[in-house]
Amino acid sequence: MDDMMLPSYLAQDPQVRARFAKLKARDVMLSVKGLTKSFKGANGQSETVALKGIDFDTHRREFLCIVGPSGCGKSTLIRILAGLETQNEGQLLVDGKPVKGPGRDRGMVFQGYTLFPWLTVHKNVMFGLQVNGAGRSTAEREAAQWLDLIGLEKFADAYPHQLSGGMKQRVAIARALANQPRVLLMDEPFGALDAQTRARMQAYLLEIWRKIDITIVFITHDLDEAIYLADRILVLKPHPGEVQEMIEVPVPRPRSMAQGITPEFLATKARLEELIHSEHGGADETGEDSYPAIARLVAVDDDVE
Amino acid sequence: MRSSLSPRARLLLGIMSFCLPIMVWAAVSYIPFLWHPQVLITDPGQVDYFQPGMRVGAGVFADELKSARDQHQKLPTGIPANPIYLPAPHEVLMAFYTAFTTPPATAGGPWLHQSLWHSIQVIFWGFVISSAIGVPLGVMCGASLAVSRLAEPFIEFFRYLPAPAFGPLCIAILGIYDGPKVAIIVIGTLFQQVLIIANSTRKLDPALVEAALTLGTKRLQLLWRVVVPGIMADIYRDQRILLGWAWTYLIVAELIGTVSGITWFITQQARYQHFATMYAAIFMIGIIGLGCDLVLAWLGRRLFPWDRSLTGAR
Repeated sequence: MDDMMLPSYLAQDPQVRARFAKLKARDVMLSVKGLTKSFKGANGQSETVALKGIDFDTHRREFLCIVGPSGCGKSTLIRILAGLETQNEGQLLVDGKPVKGPGRDRGMVFQGYTLFPWLTVHKNVMFGLQVNGAGRSTAEREAAQWLDLIGLEKFADAYPHQLSGGMKQRVAIARALANQPRVLLMDEPFGALDAQTRARMQAYLLEIWRKIDITIVFITHDLDEAIYLADRILVLKPHPGEVQEMIEVPVPRPRSMAQGITPEFLATKARLEELIHSEHGGADETGEDSYPAIARLVAVDDDVE
Repeated sequence: MRSSLSPRARLLLGIMSFCLPIMVWAAVSYIPFLWHPQVLITDPGQVDYFQPGMRVGAGVFADELKSARDQHQKLPTGIPANPIYLPAPHEVLMAFYTAFTTPPATAGGPWLHQSLWHSIQVIFWGFVISSAIGVPLGVMCGASLAVSRLAEPFIEFFRYLPAPAFGPLCIAILGIYDGPKVAIIVIGTLFQQVLIIANSTRKLDPALVEAALTLGTKRLQLLWRVVVPGIMADIYRDQRILLGWAWTYLIVAELIGTVSGITWFITQQARYQHFATMYAAIFMIGIIGLGCDLVLAWLGRRLFPWDRSLTGAR
């Protein structure tokens, strides 16, 4: 990539700037202040600090992506946001109210397909409504509307194991949205899908986000995905997990895959790569980037390159 | 190794798995030179202790034949035979019918169908009582670490104690009739049951529980809406295996106190040397057990259409 030719990722054209001004004028939906989380080691003595002093705000109907290298605690962060884990320090407000455990104001879509295998697609979508006290007929009617929205009404009576990976995630999104949460938390939801399905799901998620009043916090390790989807990208750095930068994506909306070669997109990507790769250089301590020298196991003249 | 089989091949292999042992049995029974270690006397000749219908060892018969020939006496004759405890397949097959039509040897004793029914009732109550305690306790052990630590170490210890060892105690407490028999089946099944059900409960994917929590499920709802339905298919499968387990305790249980049920029938037949009938009764236990299991497997596929491990190979 030729950095000389690219504009600064901070440069925004007037239209994009106006959009961000409008976005920031909206209410703060999710507010995180001084969030710190540490885990006890196996021996109960040593503590690993997973997150340290995380601060950020998300506005209503914002699409926020969180990226960072492995070990930066992004999964821990979203689990705390969901209420599945509790922070050691710091404050977490959703729509002005402090978070105490999981609740229906925050829906979550996991990377693994967490549909209930014993329930049909329709009943999976009804689940959240029913546990929150909706009557059977109300739940059935509302779930049917959500199935319509995701285009899976034909599969209402199918069981999850009969669906493809992309379809399962669509149902999982519908199941989370049926509760009408204020915030939709997504933890690498398309990570297990093949490239084509993932691209379709991204476009489809943006379509849903445009149509309904939902704030999305989306974790990914795919930088292209983050730029394509997000209004702003929160970049974390590892050991301990801290906020490195909050990037406002200068790529105009509506987004399309074709924007992947525009200067704004490439400039943003260059900046993200700089942030994520500079932190832990070539080989990090987990050893994931380094590999051992492999002895030659083929004949001398049998070369492939 | 585990490539899938066509339904035809599966049926064929299933039938073969029964046919092969029967073929071995038939070969041993009908081909004279294969085993036949005894001689069934047809004519005693002048050997004074031989009687028609008597079985003697082949060696004894050869000795007597030789000495009769040496003394120019009338020769005994006989045909090679298997010991009385190994009847031929057709005899056992006939016994399947005659066992039900033959009146009990002792007046007022139970007929075969009454004995079988008695045994089935003992199994049923033993298994129902064991499940009524074992399934809820197992689920609680699997769902809660505290309950698991409180209950499981003792149960681990107790399951190594052989159930029949409690026979005299059960008689002392519950009398000599069906009480101690049901109790032995409960003791034999319950402790394994708690541990097996607890393990199945622990295998529930924790991500499903988390997903339910993020949908706003409360603690108590979690048990009924996620944990129980999530493990139901596994528990059903466990119960099928455990029911087989309960059957294997039946004979020992029925020997405790007054011998009853199919065990009484089997010991009676052996006492009168009706071995064909005895085998028929033993096989009936197997047929009833397998029949139950097939019905339960079929029912399981109807009850849990979402469980692929049930709809696939049994």
